[in-house]
This record gives sequence, structure tokens and C-alpha cells, in this order.
Amino acid sequence: MLKPNNTKGKLIIVEGIDGSGKSTQIDLLYKWLQSAGYSVYFSEWNSSELVKSTTKAAKKAHTFTPTTFSILHCTDFADRWENSILPLLKAGVIVLADRYVFTAFARDVARNVDPQWVRNMYSFAIKPDAALYFSVPLDVAVERITAARASLKYYEAGMDLNLSNDINESFKLFQGKILAEYDKMVDEFGLIKIDGTLPVKDQQKKVRAIIKNILTGWEGLPNPNEKPIGVSNPQAQGKGEKK
Amino acid sequence: MKGPVFYGAGFPYRDIQKLPGKLIVLEGPDGVGRSTQIKLLRRWLEDEGYAVSDTGLTRSALTQDGLDAAKSGHTLGPLTMSLFYAADFADRLENLIIPALQAGFVVLSDRYFYSVIARDSIRGIDKAWARALYGIALKPDLILYMKASVDSLVTRLIHGRGLNYWEAGMDMHLADNLYDSFISYQELILKEFDELSHEYNFVTVDANRKSNAIFEDLKEPIMQLLHNRLTKGKKPY
Repeated sequence: MLKPNNTKGKLIIVEGIDGSGKSTQIDLLYKWLQSAGYSVYFSEWNSSELVKSTTKAAKKAHTFTPTTFSILHCTDFADRWENSILPLLKAGVIVLADRYVFTAFARDVARNVDPQWVRNMYSFAIKPDAALYFSVPLDVAVERITAARASLKYYEAGMDLNLSNDINESFKLFQGKILAEYDKMVDEFGLIKIDGTLPVKDQQKKVRAIIKNILTGWEGLPNPNEKPIGVSNPQAQGKGEKK
Repeated sequence: MKGPVFYGAGFPYRDIQKLPGKLIVLEGPDGVGRSTQIKLLRRWLEDEGYAVSDTGLTRSALTQDGLDAAKSGHTLGPLTMSLFYAADFADRLENLIIPALQAGFVVLSDRYFYSVIARDSIRGIDKAWARALYGIALKPDLILYMKASVDSLVTRLIHGRGLNYWEAGMDMHLADNLYDSFISYQELILKEFDELSHEYNFVTVDANRKSNAIFEDLKEPIMQLLHNRLTKGKKPY
């Protein structure tokens, strides 16, 4: 379904349910790769400014249907794809993505959108060189999220699915459905499963070992910056730039 | 009453039992006079006692801001644009067309997704991909295609609202001026429509003629569709 990576660049993505710790891991990976002098670009799910203005209004009014929700997230992805991810991969940059097409496959199918239909919609995307799936039991993820967050948002909690009137309960049920979809995709797309309950440092060690393996013998776009830490290649800086 | 028939999976999460209404699509290029015909058809059908809903491929509230921003200069790639249109289409289909059909309306749709895949296709979007994307679409009961030569479109537009940037496909850099670009662009569109008309069984109407003559030709297949219900002179109410 996804295209092979014929570009000079490397595509590394992280996936997992909310609270799986994937963002922490990719952030550490990003800094590590920068320090090592690579040209790195970071892109985050649902971060295209153009689409954001559209989705914001609809989110507020709760007017999404599972299909419009799905297409608009793909529109956001396509905007980032056409304007940054693909051109940078072609240039030989390491592109890191916090969530990728698998997020859509998991969430949209959890909303009962047709699985083949949503897979076709994202079929323009490239199969990542490494797709790291941070796996945590539902209870652990839910506890992490509810401890860190004052309140949950309507769509994030899957309230549109009418699973429960209680937002916390709805969130739990929805995340459970998403988790089931992720587990199905491990074999389908060759996701690399990482135990998200391990200490952060241990997980990062595993992550770096995997990525090191991928980058061995590979030469990407040179990074002309002498002190790359915190000053990544300006060309590789975009709206999705980390912090 | 029939159940809904979709080109693909449709909306699996929705329980749509029956759609007593009829979906009639009017397709055709820019400047061919679709909106004039929609007005005439609407009045005629209402006189016959049908509840009519008309909806256009104008933007829904959902994507208006994004598309406006896109057209006013933000750089949107062809894929992004295509998906924006698809989101808009889905919104109209689910929130306007299907409810109207459920309520038994005759829905006159000023264009459908065929126009969108025609414009996408000449911008390099994969045809199979686009068709699968519109697997959400309901199969219309009737697709009327107002076919006109590029020359007759030019005549109508120049004496009407004029040539504009998007209708001339200026984003494709086919020519350095509106006129030449319009000609080249509409010829490409025409070719796409010929292909689509076979694939999706369009009923083609010669739209190079006066509005009244076109109107009569459009009425014919609609009468057939609504046959017993559209009376020979006798009103159903």
C-alpha cells in the first residue's frame, strides 16, 4: 500500500496511543541526531497551519463526521507531505515524524471508517525506514494522560462515537479501540514494537540502536552548521519544528 | 424505495436504510450555464409538486476558510487541494444531500465529484486513487452532462462574467494569458469529461444551443426517471 522509499533521505516515525511516551522518545532522538551533525527535520501530526484554521472551527462546533474528520487529517498530512516531508526526503534529510499514517488507520477505523478506503487515501505516502511503535497497556496510558491533563478534549476522547457520556470513560473505551487497531498493524506494516513501560533511558537506548543500524554507511545531506545543537539546518526548519 | 448505493464503501458507520428522494446531478464545464438550468429545473419540478433541494459544488462551511486561504495565495500542492475538495464533498453529501434524500426531496446537485476528479487528473493526481477516494459517494439516479465546445464557452463567458484565473487553469502555467490558458485548460477538461461520461454513464446534452432548447433536453430524462410520478399534465397534489 505504501510506496518504497526511493529518496536519498531517511524517514523515521513514532506511533502509539496518547500517553505511550512516543513524543518523549522522538524528542530525545531528534536532539541526538542533531548533535551527531545530521540534517534533521521534525514534523508533527495535525500541525499544518492552513488546515488548522479549518479544523479548529469544526472541532469547536463538533460538526465533524468520521469521514470529514478523516479526510481533513489527510489534507493536513498532504500539506506537510507536499511542502516539507517529501522535498526534504528527496534532499537527503532525516525526517522524523511524531505520528504518521498509522495514526489515521488506527483512529479512523476506530471510528468505523472503511479500513481499505483510508489506506488508499494515504497510499501516496512512503513506507518509513523505521516505524517505532510504543506499546503500553491501556491502563498505563490512560493514567499518564489523566494525570498530566486537566481535561480531555471532545474528539480526543472519542465523544463523537457516543461510547459513554462520561468523558473519561469514553476516552478509555476509544483508546482501547485504537490500541486494538495498532496491534493489528504491527504485522501488516512491520511496525517495530518497543515496550513503553520501560524506563525512558532504556527505551531510548533501544531506539538509538535501531536508528544507528539504519544510518550505518548512509550519507545524507551535509549539515554546514558548525554547532548543530539547537541550530539545525535552517532549510530543514519548518512550521513543525520542535519547540 | 431502494437502499442507498455507493461507488465504494460509503459511510459504514451510518445506518442509512432508505432514500426515497432522487439525486440528479448536473455536470459540465465552467460557463456552460448550469446554474441557469438548475433554476429552470427547480421551478419546473416545484410546479409539478416535487420538493426540490439544490446544492452546489460551492464550498461547505467546513472548508471555506481553508480553500479561500488557498486560493488567495497560500501554496497548496495538488494533493492537498484535492483532499480539501474531498472533505468539502463529504461534508455536503453527509450533511445536506443524504438528509434531503431521506426526506424525499429531489436533489439537484450543481456538479458532483466528477468535476473534481477531472480537475485533479490534469494536475497529475492518480486516477485510481481519486476514484477510490470517492468510494464514499452515493451513486446518483441521473447524471446530466451539459457538453459544449470550448468556443461556445468562451463566447458565453466573455459576454457573461468574464474569464477568471481558476476557470482558466492559470495555476497550471499552460499559457501566459487568460485567453490562451482558458482554451488549453478547457480542452483538457473536455477530454477528461469524455472519459468520465463513459465510465459513469452520463446522459449527454448538447449545450452549444440556446438555454430553452437545452432545458427541454434536460427535462426528458428527468421525466423518465420520475415517470409515473411526473404526470402528463395532471399535478400530483
